Amino acid sequence: MALRASELKVGDSKTMLVADNLSRTQIVMYAGASGDYNPIHSDERYTVEVAGYPSVFAHGMLTMGATGRLLTDWLGDGRVTDFGVRFVNQVWPGDTLTSTATIEAIRSEGDVMMADLSIVTVNQKDQPVVSGTASARLDP
Amino acid sequence: MAIERFPVEAGHVMLFARAVGDPNPVYFDPSSDGARSMGGLIAPPTFTMAGQQFDGDGVRPRPGVAWFGSGRDSSGGERATTGALHAEQHFKYHRPLRVGDVLTATLRDGDTWSKESNRGGKLVFSEHITDYFDEGGELVVTARMIRVITERPVTPEG
Repeated sequence: MALRASELKVGDSKTMLVADNLSRTQIVMYAGASGDYNPIHSDERYTVEVAGYPSVFAHGMLTMGATGRLLTDWLGDGRVTDFGVRFVNQVWPGDTLTSTATIEAIRSEGDVMMADLSIVTVNQKDQPVVSGTASARLDP
Repeated sequence: MAIERFPVEAGHVMLFARAVGDPNPVYFDPSSDGARSMGGLIAPPTFTMAGQQFDGDGVRPRPGVAWFGSGRDSSGGERATTGALHAEQHFKYHRPLRVGDVLTATLRDGDTWSKESNRGGKLVFSEHITDYFDEGGELVVTARMIRVITERPVTPEG
């Protein structure tokens, strides 16, 4: 399943829909699975009346996790060595998220071929929500 | 987060993968091609965040302790957290994280800095590094979190 260095070049990219009309229920699923029960992600009344936001919003890590699916689907299971993002804009219920990863460099690290990638996830308004980089091991 | 024992369990990994919308069977089906080629089930790249479930200080309601979310009223008590938002998250994977691993996590604080922003007022950033070790003491994942405390709530652009 892993990609071969010989089949990749700088500039290659892949795009994936990672969330379609994000539901409050999926945000609750993430709270339950991750253990981050901060009510700003699930408790509309608290979030609007006390915290001062227009609505509950997704955990940044839900978006990073959804974005990670593109990396592992494209590069293969257990291949990613580095993955980092900045949370640029919040993700709200109803958002649709699309991730794009682009090969920025292919290099060797000892005997191992590595790819360095940029990665960005945008919402339905084409605003970035997370933006970052990743590296992964390739097959020769 | 500092965690004494974080067992990476199959059901938990399945629920976490579902929650991030990843249907890859390598996270739940031991007979899948992916799991066979990996020598068993593995965890998604961001799974170590679920270590909060095993953190004594995790943000969750507890029996007998007032919870700051809504109940009868819009808030049940004082906010138990700093109100920090997540600004950046970085992972370094030293090897794939596997179902069956039992992790220990240790926390180191990194830098702190501040800047002004139009959207959130004064922003105070802090860096927190968590190392996840397996039972043999081998480093599996290093996670670097940058948190930001904003002067006022950050609302959507435009």
